[in-house]
Amino acid sequence: MFNVNSIREEFPILSKKFGKYPLVYFDNGATSQKPNFVIDRIDQYYKEENANIHRGVHTLSQVSTENYENARQTIASFLNAKEKHEIIFTKGTTDGINLVAHSFGALMSLGDEILISEMEHHSNIVPWQMLAEAKGLVLRYIPMTTSGELDLKNIDTLLNEKTKLVAITHISNSLGTINPIADLIELAHSKNAKVLIDGAQSLQHIQVDVQALDCDFLVFSGHKIFAPTGTGILYGKEDLLNKMPPYQGGGDMIKTVTMEKTTFNSLPHKFEAGTPNISGGIGLGAAIEWLSQLNLNEIEVYERSLLQYITAELSKIEGIRFFGTAEEKCSTVSFLIGEFHPYDIGTLLNQQGIAVRTGHHCTQPIMDFYKIPGTIRASLSFYNTKEEIDLFIQALNKAIKMLS
Amino acid sequence: MNIAEKEQELIDSFSIYDDWMEKYEYIIELGKDLPLIDAAFKKEENVIKGCQSTVWLHAEKKDDKIYFTADADAIIAKGIIALLIDVMSGETPQTILDSDLKFIKEIGLQEHLSPTRSNGLVAMVKQMKLYALALNLKK
Repeated sequence: MFNVNSIREEFPILSKKFGKYPLVYFDNGATSQKPNFVIDRIDQYYKEENANIHRGVHTLSQVSTENYENARQTIASFLNAKEKHEIIFTKGTTDGINLVAHSFGALMSLGDEILISEMEHHSNIVPWQMLAEAKGLVLRYIPMTTSGELDLKNIDTLLNEKTKLVAITHISNSLGTINPIADLIELAHSKNAKVLIDGAQSLQHIQVDVQALDCDFLVFSGHKIFAPTGTGILYGKEDLLNKMPPYQGGGDMIKTVTMEKTTFNSLPHKFEAGTPNISGGIGLGAAIEWLSQLNLNEIEVYERSLLQYITAELSKIEGIRFFGTAEEKCSTVSFLIGEFHPYDIGTLLNQQGIAVRTGHHCTQPIMDFYKIPGTIRASLSFYNTKEEIDLFIQALNKAIKMLS
Repeated sequence: MNIAEKEQELIDSFSIYDDWMEKYEYIIELGKDLPLIDAAFKKEENVIKGCQSTVWLHAEKKDDKIYFTADADAIIAKGIIALLIDVMSGETPQTILDSDLKFIKEIGLQEHLSPTRSNGLVAMVKQMKLYALALNLKK
C-alpha cells in the first residue's frame, strides 16, 4: 500500500519551514526534490570513490568507472533499452535534444521536414528552428485544441514522405496533457520518419518502456526525476546512434588521435566527450534505483487522486480559468483567477510557504494560443498530500482577498 | 521633505507591520493608490526591461525637478514602483543620481523579493536614474 508519510520522511527538504509556514512544494515540473538515498549516494561518492573514470589503472578510478557504468545499466534496465550503450549521459533534456539536432540533423538535407507541436517547451522548438535555418529544412507544427490536446485532424499532411523526424513531448510541462505518443510513433514509422520523445515531464509519473513504445530517441533530465541537476539521458536506437556523427570532440570520445586524423570511440562514449558529471551520473542511477523500488502503478493512482482533489478544490474559486483540460493529464494544473496577475498570486503564495511556478513556463506559443501572458502552475509529485492542497487553497484564497 | 526624510518615513511605515503578509498588504494598497498614468505614456519605449511583469515608467522635468508616473500590470510591481516614486519624484536630477535608496535594504524589500523580481526592482531604480541623467542634459 502506498504510504505518502514514509515517502515524505525520505525527503529532508519537505520538513522545511518558512517562519510559521511549512513548505508546500508544488513546483515539481521545474525540478523535483531529492531523497536521502540520492543525497547520501553523492556524499559517499565524494568521500570514498572520487576519481576520474575510464582512465586510471588505480583502484579508485576502477571503482568510480564501475559505479558510473552500473548507473548506466540501471537506467537501461529502467527504460528497458535493448543495449546498455544506447544510454548516453547528457547534461539534461535540452542537451539531449541539441545533440540529436546536431548529429541526427547532420543526416538531413535541403527540403527535409521536421514535425513538432505547438505545445513544445522552447527546448524542443529552438534547436529545430536553428537546424532548419542552417540546413534549409521545413519545420512543421501539430496544432493544439483549446483543451490543450494535439489536434491530429491534419496529421496526414503534416506528417508526410518528406518528414525525417517527429519530435514531441510526452507530457506538456505547462498544461499537463499526456500525448498519445504510441499512436504517433506508429504513424511516423509508417512514413519512415524517426521519433524523438521529450520525456522531461513524464518519467517521474509514468513507466516508459522504449522497446514497447519503439521510439527512436528519448530524452529526459535527471533533476526532474529525483536526481541531481546537470544530469540527463539520451536513449537512442543503436543503429541510429552509430550512423550519427559525434556531437562534441574531446577526451573519452576518441579511439586514436594523430595530427592528421582522429578515429572515434564506440557507443556510448562517442557522444560523451570530456570528463562527465560522474557524481551526477551515479546520483541519477541511485534515483532510478530508488524509484524502481516503488510501485509505479500505486503512484499513478495516488497522483491521479491528487489531481482530482486539487482540480475540484480550485473549481470552487470564483473566476478561475483552467488551461489544459485534456482527458489524459498528469498531476499538473495551470490556471488564472479573474484578472489577477500570476506574479501577484505567486508572490503572495510564496509569502505563505507555497512554491508554485508563474509565467509562460518556457512555452510562449501556448500562451500566444490562449492569448495570455502566463499562468500559475501547480505541479504535484507523489510526495505531495491532500493536506498540502488544503494549505495551498487556503493561501490562495488569502492572496485573492488581499488583491481584491 | 528631503529624500532622506522621505526614506525614513517609509522605513517607519513598514516597521509597524509584524509579518511580510502585512507589508505586502501595504504595498498592494500603494499600488492601488498610484495615480493613473497618461495612456499615451504606456508605450513600448517606456517599458522597463528585467521585470517579470510589465512596468511602464514615464519621467518629465518641471522647474529643474523630475516627476515620475508609472503603471504596471501586476499590482505588487505597481506598489513597488509607487514606493520608488514616492521617494524620487520631485527631486532634482542630481539628487536622484546621488541617491543610495537605503530604505530598500532597511525594509528588507530586496531580500524578500524573488531574484527575478529583485532584478525588476534594480531595473526600476536604474531606469529612474537613467531618466535623471538624460533629463539633466536636456536643458
